[in-house]
Amino acid sequence: MKELSLNILDIAQNSVKAGADRIDISVSESVKNDTVGITIKDNGCGMSQKTLDSVTDPFFTTRTTRKVGLGIPLLRQLTLDTEGSFDISSKEGEGTSLRAVCRLSHLDRPPIGDITSTVTSLISAAPEIRYVYTHETDSGAFTLDTDDVKEMLGGVSVSEPEVLMWLTEYINENLESIDGGKI
Amino acid sequence: MKSLEELRAIKAKMQNSVQLRGVEDEDSVTRVVVGMATCGIAAGARPVLNKFIEEVQNRGLKNVLVTQTGCIGVCRLEPIVEVITPTGEKTTYVKMNADKVAKVVHEHLVNNKVVDEYTIANAD
Repeated sequence: MKELSLNILDIAQNSVKAGADRIDISVSESVKNDTVGITIKDNGCGMSQKTLDSVTDPFFTTRTTRKVGLGIPLLRQLTLDTEGSFDISSKEGEGTSLRAVCRLSHLDRPPIGDITSTVTSLISAAPEIRYVYTHETDSGAFTLDTDDVKEMLGGVSVSEPEVLMWLTEYINENLESIDGGKI
Repeated sequence: MKSLEELRAIKAKMQNSVQLRGVEDEDSVTRVVVGMATCGIAAGARPVLNKFIEEVQNRGLKNVLVTQTGCIGVCRLEPIVEVITPTGEKTTYVKMNADKVAKVVHEHLVNNKVVDEYTIANAD
């Protein structure tokens, strides 16, 4: 993965598959603390302790189309390579929460990349889910809650191309105002 | 600075066309399905998906629905896109990128002509 935002897109797909109806994604970048942190939290079906113990194993997957599952191992390896940390916790029937941190100034840390595009891709993948995306920097924070968007839209789907294009500009503007997503 | 209030205007503008599509046009919808598992994402599926959304919006294609799926099973050919017409004909495009999307939208979705050179049948 060339961008952290692609890891986020990938990991959040797991939450979609877990049947979550709410997914919280937060990105915090801090030059002061020299960290880039990602948290993805869902209220999906969760995992048993046995499954949880295996998710960082690349040769474990629940799918049947192939024999490897690389999403979580890739992100975990990235945090190890960049002197960060990785935690995942889950409870059956309640959901899963994942936190990955990289050292911001580490040479091997990929850029955050096009996080806006990750958020709109997720909305388009599963518009019925409530996404709460928060982006924090040293100069401020921005939150997008798709429930607020849906309230404005009434019956119009949040996955309509016109809405997605508008959201792209909206998120980019807000990121710009907090100097976010540039590192 | 944009405000969420602006969405109300989009809502007002769209409501008519959305209702039309929702009720009677279900049978005339062409589906574009983009593979978005780890393999697809790593190979560049996100810009492919977004290019489809952008093109559909810019060209005002009301009868095209862009959706996503997981791993189709041929990871080495990702990004993979399936186009399924209302009559159920399925075309599988492989090793896609944003430039190829523009051509597929123009030739396949608008002019109803499969872009043979990008299909799985012609993959190396």
